[in-house]
Amino acid sequence: MPEWARERSWELLLAVILVGTIVYNATQSPVYLDVDNFVNLFRLSIEKVIVAVAMTFVIINGEIDLSVASVMAFAACVLAAAHESGVPFGLAIVIALAAAGSAGLVQGSVVARTGISSLVVTLAGLIGFRGAARILLEDRSIGDFPDWFGNLGRDDFLGPMPFALVLVLVLLLVGGVILHRTSFGRRVYVIGNNADVARYSGIDVARVKLILFTTSGLVAGVAGVLFAARLGSVRANIGEGFELDIITMVLLGGVSIFGGSGTLLGVALAICIVLNLRNGLGLANVEANTQTGVIGALLIVSVLAQNVLDRLPIRRREAEA
Amino acid sequence: MSTAADVARLDGARSRSGRSAVWVRPERVKELSLLGVIVVALLVFGFLVDDYFSGRFFNRVTTSVAITAVLAVAQTMVIVTRNIDLSVGSIVGVTAYLTGQFASSNPSTSPAVAIAIAVGLGALLGAINGVIVAYGRVPAIITTLGTLAIYRSWLISHGEGRTITADSLPSWVVDLPTRTVFSIGGLDIRVAFAVVVVIVAVLQIAMQRLRWGRRLYAIGSNPDAAAQAGLPTRRLVLGAFVACGALSGFAGFLFLSRFGNITVVAGQGLELDSVAAAVVGGVSVLGGSGTLVGAFLGAVLIDVLDQSLVRVPQVSEFWRNAILGALILAAVIADVVVGQRFQRRWSAEARPHTKVDSSTDAPDTTKVPALTAPEQSGERGMPDA
Repeated sequence: MPEWARERSWELLLAVILVGTIVYNATQSPVYLDVDNFVNLFRLSIEKVIVAVAMTFVIINGEIDLSVASVMAFAACVLAAAHESGVPFGLAIVIALAAAGSAGLVQGSVVARTGISSLVVTLAGLIGFRGAARILLEDRSIGDFPDWFGNLGRDDFLGPMPFALVLVLVLLLVGGVILHRTSFGRRVYVIGNNADVARYSGIDVARVKLILFTTSGLVAGVAGVLFAARLGSVRANIGEGFELDIITMVLLGGVSIFGGSGTLLGVALAICIVLNLRNGLGLANVEANTQTGVIGALLIVSVLAQNVLDRLPIRRREAEA
Repeated sequence: MSTAADVARLDGARSRSGRSAVWVRPERVKELSLLGVIVVALLVFGFLVDDYFSGRFFNRVTTSVAITAVLAVAQTMVIVTRNIDLSVGSIVGVTAYLTGQFASSNPSTSPAVAIAIAVGLGALLGAINGVIVAYGRVPAIITTLGTLAIYRSWLISHGEGRTITADSLPSWVVDLPTRTVFSIGGLDIRVAFAVVVVIVAVLQIAMQRLRWGRRLYAIGSNPDAAAQAGLPTRRLVLGAFVACGALSGFAGFLFLSRFGNITVVAGQGLELDSVAAAVVGGVSVLGGSGTLVGAFLGAVLIDVLDQSLVRVPQVSEFWRNAILGALILAAVIADVVVGQRFQRRWSAEARPHTKVDSSTDAPDTTKVPALTAPEQSGERGMPDA
């Protein structure tokens, strides 16, 4: 087995699975291979995909952000509440993004300064920011957004692709360059591998974590605003449970939950697999809730499979070398 | 911070200094301050709400505490082993629904059989979690996030949208929430609440005194050291998940009897309440530290908030989650502060015996426990693995 293939064995496996899913789906439904169907399968989960890119950084860094779905809803509700109280819409978007960024900043500074596990800090965020969204909108639903905003969520922006999909491609590209080609990206890996070693090597661990959590909040905010654009109206409970799909995409992509390893290419492949799977199951008339169960199983299997793969002789030799 | 010191102290306190150490422990400080917070909350609400203190309010709180407290205690048993169970809400839903289904198709069933079904079913679901975590080596957060979705989606497709109605249940199930053991000055102590208090007390003693309980703390304090000391860590972690599942199953039964009408989304979100109650109760998510009494008090505080916010004119029940989130954050930050205090005091006391890492600029909890866990198992005699 050539060197590159051994290093990228997880990505190869994902690629094989992806091709398998596509071929299987194509045999099941004649409309599956249409370009429209492909764009559509992205369109329906595009917000999760946006957040998954930022989540990849956070998990490689050895942390986790459970609050993303709540921050999405928080940003959307801030937008709606500001719009309702007569704030110009452009300014309302800025306020919503600033609110989401601050949400990330607050959680990031608690994690970075006190060393409290991000699991519990962002769990507090998951509950708390959903609560903030509830305070803002209570049980109302707010719509009546400007036309251009609704069009942003629904219409084609570039070729057959909506704005959010273009944004995802840009994010993946920029994210990939930052993660794999810059010193900041290397620091993210080093900290994820061993925060103590990173600290003693002179890396400002707290600053990197602060940047990552703030970015995660901000990206979740962008996703929340785009979600509002696509839905056309906002309620406090939008996006509930999205963290399951988002974390599944990242971990299925070969990112270790313990931090320090994984690639954005793997995550991109995993995103395609998850979306194709949901789409294929949908076309095969499997109910949405059963799909969620399948995603849950996939989440567990993706980590189990990594464990099994780590015990195979080729990986072990590599680890010993 | 406190994780390492707790275990060292729990075992070493009596043997080494024997002084006030047994009582002035972080757990006691946390429990007492939480009790203080509950009293303050009650006073504030009493000031804001007319006729706040009443027998009805007491009944409402104790009825809902019965469910939250069981789940908080269940969650704590898993969290002290440095794991987490996010599937408890789904386990409550599945057990409440299936037990309800069984009871409504067998109206003559006895309480013992119904409870056994709920507990057994919960233990089974907990065992699935435990096997994947302990033997499949999949992190608990991933496993239970997955099973949260799997159990729930199974229930939804199994239930096909049908609702279990209170009319179809045997009358003893529906009457249970209003059954009273005894009354003190107008306050009724309900059966469910009394049973739960007994469960919490028994389990607290077991966790504190039994070898099994001590070992759960040892694993959470430092899993590697516990394994090297020969503890059967996999079996113990599996046991913790089974116990958590069984208790969640019992909570499912209480849920069934409290609400009577059970839909397929029953119990959704209870996993967050259970973790919140445990964390507010001073249980460290890094494992190795925290008491069941603390988790119980955390559940009481959450339910007091739940039942009070609806009655405060200035705010609405929509504030509930925001306050809960802030509470969790406050609790963990307080935890760090208290932990550092104790650590400093102990490292000053124990300097001749143990060297505690004094680099305060690197508060990395996972590194410190290495000193304590082997010492603990040594004192407890040879493990049976």
